[in-house]
Amino acid sequence: MSQQGYVATPPLSQAQPGVSGYPPAFGVPPSQAHFGHYGSTPQSHPSPPTAVFKSAASSGSSMPAPPGPGQFVTNGLHNGVSAHGFPPLTSAPSGSAYPPTSYPRLAPSSASTQQLANQMSAMQMSGYGHGPLQGPQLTTSSVAQPISQPPPPASGCPLTAQAPQMGPPPPVSGQPLMSQSPQMGPPPMGVSSAMGTTATASPMGMPGSFSGPLPSPGSSGFQQPPGPQGFPPQQAGPYAGQMGGQPGFPGVFPPGAAQMAGPPQKKLDPDSIPSTTQVIEDDQVKRRGQVYATNLRGQVPPLVTTDFVVQDQGNASPRFMRCTTYSFPCTSDLAKQCQVPLATVIKPFAVVPKNETPLYTVDHGEAGPIRCNRCKAYMCPFMHFIDGGRRYQCGFCNCINEVPPFYFQHLDHMGRRVDVYQRPELSLGSYEFIATLEYCKDKKPPNPPAFIFMIDVSYSNIKSGLVRLLCSELKTLLERLPREEGAETSAVRVGFVTYNKILHFYNVKSALAQPQMMVVSDVAEMFVPLLDGFLVNFQESRSVINNLLDQIPDMFADTGESETVFTPVVQAGMEALKAAECSGKLFIFHSSIPTAEAPGKLKNRDDRKLINTEKEKTLFQPVKGVYEELSKECVSNSCCVDLFLFPSQYTDVATMGSICLHTGGSVYKYSNFQAQVDGDHFLRDLRKDMEKPIGFDATMRVRTSTGFRATDFFGAIYMSNTTDVEMAAVDCHKAVTVEFKHDDKLSEDTGALIQCALLYTSIGGQRRLRIHNLSLNCSSQLADLYKSCETDALVNFFAKSAYREMVNQPLKTVREILVRQTAHMLACYRKNCASPSAVSQLILPDTMKVLPVYMNSLLKSAALVGSADLSTDDRAHHRLLVTGMGVEETQALFYPRLVPLHNIDMSSEAVPAALRCSEERLSDAGVFLLENGFQIFLWLGQACPPEFIQSVFNVPSFAHLSPDMTSIPELDNAMSKKLRSVIEHMSGQRSQAMKLFIVKQKDRSEVPFRQQLVEDKGLHGGASYMDFLCCIHREIRQLLT
Amino acid sequence: MATFQEFIQQNEDRDGVRFSWNLWPSSRLEATRLVVPVSCLFTPLKERLDLPPVQYEPVLCGRANCRAILNPLCQVDFRAKIWACNFCFQRNPFPPTYAGISEVNQPAELMPQFSTIEYIVQRGPPTPLIFLYVVDICLEEEDLQALKESLQMSLSLLPPNALVGLITFGRMVQVHELSCEGISKSYVFRGTKDLSSKQIQEMLGLMKPAPAGQPGRPPAPQEVQPSCRFLQPVHKVDMNLTDLLGELQRDPWPVPQGKRPLRSTGIALSIAVGLLEGTFPNTGARVMLFTGGPPTQGPGMVVGDELKTPIRSWHDIQKDNARHLKKATKYYEALANRAAMNGHCIDIYACALDQTGLLEMKCCSNLTGGHIVMGDSFNTSLFKQTFQRVFSKDYNNEFRMAFGATLEVKTTRELKVCGAIGPCISMNSKGPCVSENEMGVGATSQWKVCCLNPSATLAMYFEVVNQHNAPVPQGGRGAIQFVTQYQHSNTQRRIRVTTVARNWADAQSQIQHIESSFDQEASAVLMARLGVFRAESEEGPDVLRWLDRQLIRLCQKFGQFNKDDPASFRLSESLSLYPQFMFHLRRSPFLQVFNNSPDESSYYRHHFMRQDLTQSLIMIQPILYSYSFYGPPEVRFYTPSVA
Repeated sequence: MSQQGYVATPPLSQAQPGVSGYPPAFGVPPSQAHFGHYGSTPQSHPSPPTAVFKSAASSGSSMPAPPGPGQFVTNGLHNGVSAHGFPPLTSAPSGSAYPPTSYPRLAPSSASTQQLANQMSAMQMSGYGHGPLQGPQLTTSSVAQPISQPPPPASGCPLTAQAPQMGPPPPVSGQPLMSQSPQMGPPPMGVSSAMGTTATASPMGMPGSFSGPLPSPGSSGFQQPPGPQGFPPQQAGPYAGQMGGQPGFPGVFPPGAAQMAGPPQKKLDPDSIPSTTQVIEDDQVKRRGQVYATNLRGQVPPLVTTDFVVQDQGNASPRFMRCTTYSFPCTSDLAKQCQVPLATVIKPFAVVPKNETPLYTVDHGEAGPIRCNRCKAYMCPFMHFIDGGRRYQCGFCNCINEVPPFYFQHLDHMGRRVDVYQRPELSLGSYEFIATLEYCKDKKPPNPPAFIFMIDVSYSNIKSGLVRLLCSELKTLLERLPREEGAETSAVRVGFVTYNKILHFYNVKSALAQPQMMVVSDVAEMFVPLLDGFLVNFQESRSVINNLLDQIPDMFADTGESETVFTPVVQAGMEALKAAECSGKLFIFHSSIPTAEAPGKLKNRDDRKLINTEKEKTLFQPVKGVYEELSKECVSNSCCVDLFLFPSQYTDVATMGSICLHTGGSVYKYSNFQAQVDGDHFLRDLRKDMEKPIGFDATMRVRTSTGFRATDFFGAIYMSNTTDVEMAAVDCHKAVTVEFKHDDKLSEDTGALIQCALLYTSIGGQRRLRIHNLSLNCSSQLADLYKSCETDALVNFFAKSAYREMVNQPLKTVREILVRQTAHMLACYRKNCASPSAVSQLILPDTMKVLPVYMNSLLKSAALVGSADLSTDDRAHHRLLVTGMGVEETQALFYPRLVPLHNIDMSSEAVPAALRCSEERLSDAGVFLLENGFQIFLWLGQACPPEFIQSVFNVPSFAHLSPDMTSIPELDNAMSKKLRSVIEHMSGQRSQAMKLFIVKQKDRSEVPFRQQLVEDKGLHGGASYMDFLCCIHREIRQLLT
Repeated sequence: MATFQEFIQQNEDRDGVRFSWNLWPSSRLEATRLVVPVSCLFTPLKERLDLPPVQYEPVLCGRANCRAILNPLCQVDFRAKIWACNFCFQRNPFPPTYAGISEVNQPAELMPQFSTIEYIVQRGPPTPLIFLYVVDICLEEEDLQALKESLQMSLSLLPPNALVGLITFGRMVQVHELSCEGISKSYVFRGTKDLSSKQIQEMLGLMKPAPAGQPGRPPAPQEVQPSCRFLQPVHKVDMNLTDLLGELQRDPWPVPQGKRPLRSTGIALSIAVGLLEGTFPNTGARVMLFTGGPPTQGPGMVVGDELKTPIRSWHDIQKDNARHLKKATKYYEALANRAAMNGHCIDIYACALDQTGLLEMKCCSNLTGGHIVMGDSFNTSLFKQTFQRVFSKDYNNEFRMAFGATLEVKTTRELKVCGAIGPCISMNSKGPCVSENEMGVGATSQWKVCCLNPSATLAMYFEVVNQHNAPVPQGGRGAIQFVTQYQHSNTQRRIRVTTVARNWADAQSQIQHIESSFDQEASAVLMARLGVFRAESEEGPDVLRWLDRQLIRLCQKFGQFNKDDPASFRLSESLSLYPQFMFHLRRSPFLQVFNNSPDESSYYRHHFMRQDLTQSLIMIQPILYSYSFYGPPEVRFYTPSVA
């Protein structure tokens, strides 16, 4: 409560007599009395609620319009406000940036609404304590003026204003530091999120509920019936108009619409609903380039889209672990009540940027890393040394352990070890241990991993030019095999196999004058025909390998074989690794569904008639049997499978990809591959895939402090029991989402501790343990939880859990569950954390305000939307991809970045600010770039400037552009260079090489592009953002009644 | 009985035939009383410097179940141009080409000196000889090196147009493709999984590709006879193969301490047989297996890979303690039969200090007429020279080997054939002259002998069918015709016909004649072959007892003695040495296994069962030469064959 209080209630308490019990704690000017409804938590204080309701009502009556568009405006503003919570200097410009876009549009509706809006915004801003600054600048109406007056005291001394607010948290977090450092990320965040209780009302919802026969709950809540009655004359008009103007949503509020009188007046302003780009930009403005020190428990990190520097001070960087919420509820009842998933997305191998410190390596000698005797947690900053340093208490299980003599160190006057800063394991959140033989398979030091290239040389791959392209590329690619940091050459050994319906192994021993091919046609029982000479060091066998790569395309140049096998290929690779006693990765370049007579033979089961039926899920269920067995074997032999697919028709990605999914591999798919057209894209993918940091033969264990535990794991993993996450390999893009459940009460004092230990073999063949530690807050207040939620991580969790569920349940059910849970989370917030307000208002917690747009996007995603227009393989592929994704990737995927290029600032290095993903943002004269991590679209408006076309494509006009272009020519002019550098910059941030599509407006090729405009109605089904908000709102209202 | 000696010698020289009895008892009962059956040693391809083959087709008897070949014993009516078959008495007209014959213008086959005659016949296109090397690579480095050299050397000994193939095996089996440029290819098979011939051909890509169903695809380039990839003319792949052999490495799979290397001999042979079966059925081919140890995995395994379990000994076998024996034997027998049916022969060159499983594998050579060579190492002159001798040439500069032979026996009515013992298998051809009483490989009048050399000799056993009360009339002659069709090493198809006849004699009145017609050398070998044949399937003591009883019965029949006076025992000259041969036979390694491993026994028996009379006798009764400064070496123990 205290936290909630310190952020949200101040305005309230001062304004409301009923809440006046609180004021002492908050130094916010009393002038904001009428904004009471944004704050308090009704559930914790039985009495305040009534007061709050009253205030809400009164505010409503005094200002007839608060609920309507004003809500949205305030929300928009709110974003801005929270962005400049601390330094006043930034607030002004950005704050002023918004009104122009949002207000003018509102203006026509009616004066009263506009005033209201302004007032609302002002109110809200002032509510934040540091927001008021904007008030004066925003004021465009007389009504706003008076409101702006109160803020000055606060704005005049933002710091002081903050300080008192910060006051309350210390007792909870025990870290008074926060309020002292204005540049600290978290505090403002906390403030804003608290405020973020920002009421955001669905524009539709309002009118509906207002003009309608007043929903009973609402009316009962309102103590002043005149309020609602008072509204209609003023408000019904505009809203009714909106309803009329948007026949697209009839389902949402039919009765309301019917009852609404008045002619349509104006279309609802899309700017008024919470904007993802805005949230991203705000966070960037606020935290970009800052140092994020991880010394505090439960602090919420910047968004994934923000560029920041992490300084490890005892908790793992958010790059490694990012939680759905940084404040866990104390009890399972609370957790159940709010239904906010408690999860963390762990990306154990995340790339550490150059400007951050790489992980330290710790060697505890022959005895191996020091671990708690009971729970086996590894030495970490959460261990408390006691007894003069002779013993330590495990932070996870509270067991008291002896400190081994060699590790003994005295404690200082604070009770900390004197050497705490000399030892990474005592002061850092992430570090590595050198593993002893105890941690190795068969107690033998591991061999360096191997890469096996398995090339399908059947007719279609030969014809598409893939084999030739690949073989010539491999020659250069092999020179750049990944190597251990600091090592001169790569320890990775390589092997080669070609196959169609039989397999050809190659002996490329350095001693040979020319390679030897060994054919295995016994695909029923695959085996590896050779040992010595199959896996070789590239440096030593370079000439033989190059000889081989030269010959392969010619050897099969006139093949007529069109049938392929698949599982025998994987098995062969796995057996080879097994025989060589090493871990490794198979790169399989495969063309078609395996139909040759062999184990794992597949048949076409792409039955589009199943779509939108109960049985649709079967399309995504992998074929069991051989595939299941093989995945298991691959994992136990630490054989990771990367599949590059070059299909021309259905290949059953769901089944073939299942092996990759379980072995930590990736699936790449290039439909109708043509070397000249798609070669570049494929090669970039291959390069990235091969060079990315990776660990092999990995086992991950997530340990938690008492009271909760990891219960579910989502990712490209295999689990043979309930606790150990096995991964044949894990690379820098693979993330495991771990869900936690309570099994006891958590204490606010000790918080919740998570230790993720990953045992793996490095690329150089060293066995290591990578430890990530993270401490979270615990709170008995749901408000705290909502305040420290992380929407991007939530989306990641929901996506992965839904995608897993979709093979077990009908897709319709999965979608319903998603909607229901979203509604439930929001309803719970509304019920327990938000200040009371009209039921008709849609109120979203600040940290979740863009959750609906993401959820809607998830619901519309290829995998979940049932449409016969989408290829089953693409959907299955999408599903597999997401399962292994980290937060950054899911964020980009579910809310692509849309960047305008026509008015690009050529002098600036930065990528232009993104726009909301909606068709409305496009213009005929514009040029836009859209990327989602997998594809990148260059959209050219019909009326886009010919100069642009000329300078980028070297053709005179739009009409001259060929529709099947896939690349941008390298031209020597500023525009072309700029464009290419922007694209390059974007690709650099992503795990895959994005495929470039050049889309001409009104062209057939626009379809896939339009699919990415996630705020619009889905091309293959799925609601628009606006519709979805309405839908969610309705659900919430149902839940609240 | 110098006359009989001369007669025997003359017959042997001309026809390669030595009968146990050169006068035949005229009834079944008499024949049985003679103890030693009417039988002969027949050397089908006996080298005859004075026998130029004739270049035309033989004339056959027109009777469907006779088909005997015109021979000097036939009665010919020159005027009517009709000949009477001496086996079935069918009267046949001569073919039109014989229109010009008369008493003074007789074709060769009618002349008495041509009782053995060889025809060269045209039967389809000539097929080249095929040599398929099956090489064990689980050898010591030194051994492998020596073997590689021998193999490389052998390439120069092969006829240039011969097809050659290479299969190597260890833990896996590799079939090497020989026609490829740039990159050497081989097909690899698991050493533990038995495959049917069809599967093997499928996996080697030898099946006819199914008609291309997908339109729009360029038709696969027509393969130039797919088998070519694995079996190539020596002159084409000489260099390639020499390099390939040179690059052969020891089996790379690690052999842990205390284990034998995994050797998939069974599968390697199966693949060799399957490959030939699919590509060149009924063509002369030699599978040459070079192995340096026992098969240790897969079907046909003889011993497990644990060194602590030694390979089976006679002791184990007698105690029924040889786990793999029966299964392996059965496996190799099936394989040998398949190879033999297709006319392919299998040689085994086994060089190792320990046993290599010859006991189980011997049938591969025994049934197909292949060689077995047993040595200690490939790096010994024994192996090297023996191996070279396989490719030795005769006076015509042609290989001393013939392939895919079928031997058919025809008899006159009084005789029936009981069986043959030698490197042959039955072709299950039941005819009127087949006896129900089987001796050796019986119940047929035709045998397949996949590989013959000039000394290869079969023992043939006959039975007199005339009942005692209806004996053959005096003065009659019984005749036997041996028809050997084979592929000569120069790829010609040839037919060699040997027709022999002997007089019938009444055992009661002419017992002395019969006694003096006894060929004790031939009889000793013939009885020895029966004994060894039995020893393969029966317990050693039983065989010895049987031999003893036979000897006793013979002596009883022909010996002259006074009752209860051992010193009075006398045997006539024609039988005098026979007991001595039996004595040596009893203690020979062919019947005694003491101090011999099962492999050695198999090896000795294998050789004994195919040698000609002289060699066999020496093997039964070794010769002791005595050397002195004053003359050439002398044989101290007299054996008539050497004298």
